Amino acid sequence: MTKETVVFTVNDRVEQTVVSPEKPLLWVLRDELDLTGSKYGCGRALCGACTVHVDGQPTRACVTPVKAVEGKRVTTIEALSETELGARVQRAWKSLNVPQCGYCQSGQIMAVVALLRAIPKPTDQNIDEALSGNICRCGMYPRIRKAVHELAAGGFA
Amino acid sequence: MIRKTVFAGVALAVSMVQAQTPHPFDPIAEVLQHPRCLNCHTLTEYPTQSRKIVDPVSGAVSYERFRHAQRVIRGEDGFGAPTLKCGACHQDTNVADGKMPGAPHWHLAPLSMGWEGLNRRDLCLTLKDTSKNGGKSLEDLVTHVEKDALVLWGWEPGGDRDTPSPSHDSFMVDFIAWADAGGPCPEN
Ligand code: FES
Ligand code: FES
Repeated sequence: MTKETVVFTVNDRVEQTVVSPEKPLLWVLRDELDLTGSKYGCGRALCGACTVHVDGQPTRACVTPVKAVEGKRVTTIEALSETELGARVQRAWKSLNVPQCGYCQSGQIMAVVALLRAIPKPTDQNIDEALSGNICRCGMYPRIRKAVHELAAGGFA
Repeated sequence: MIRKTVFAGVALAVSMVQAQTPHPFDPIAEVLQHPRCLNCHTLTEYPTQSRKIVDPVSGAVSYERFRHAQRVIRGEDGFGAPTLKCGACHQDTNVADGKMPGAPHWHLAPLSMGWEGLNRRDLCLTLKDTSKNGGKSLEDLVTHVEKDALVLWGWEPGGDRDTPSPSHDSFMVDFIAWADAGGPCPEN
């Protein structure tokens, strides 16, 4: 497949990459830009481990052709702690021992940050609806929910 | 008396032929009631997925429809929850070797266009009802089924998903004929 130049912003840096335009964003991030925080779980948008933000919206990088983010703003887990909310989420995750194996957690955190930006005081239903596509084989859902509620109440500032 | 009986017999034969003649809406209903359409034309707060079941003895085909595996929701505008949009996963085209279906503006049809459980008559009336179909005239409906990316996806669904049995071209012939006839609806 012929390669093309794709230009997009990753974590506030403009990146120009020459790739097959169909290549999934996840592999451009991981293999070419060395941003390995976004994980590969299923490659079929079934698990949420690869979740990044594209123009602020959670997006499954494993099924997003890189050409689809041309001119867009991609944020990965690596940059989240630079924001106030991201740093608070990080503290909450640590303090409440949210991760077990941790494999799903960068995706969970990306989804939670987007949720709290859109709905600062989410209900359990809001949380379930926002995170239903992020699967945790270790079953950390109760801790994720607790962390979200504590963050919404202003915790971990 | 004999004459009367003959006429009655002819009338019966005519009405039987009429009953067997397909209604112009029949081939359209066959497509609209296919899971490729119904999975997003739901009456629920979520989309569905489906599994094809072939009876091993008779070969009869049926479909099992069930809630979308990721338990995603309709949301206010049919495009999902505020931070879990359909577009978080569904791209403009099928990806992952067709396993992940996609088409532009992937979303649920509005609740007013939920078709689950409707008989052919109600399906036909709903389809034409401009208070339910987004103000579309019969002509607009023709354009919609001819060009809308999500409609067209129904015939290019990727992976091992099957399609409605009439081709899109044949569906268009039937649809235009139905619209040209004024959009008649069957009795049931
Ligand atoms: S790896 Fe992308 S959703 Fe599973
Ligand atoms: S913490 Fe192990 S899969 Fe979620």
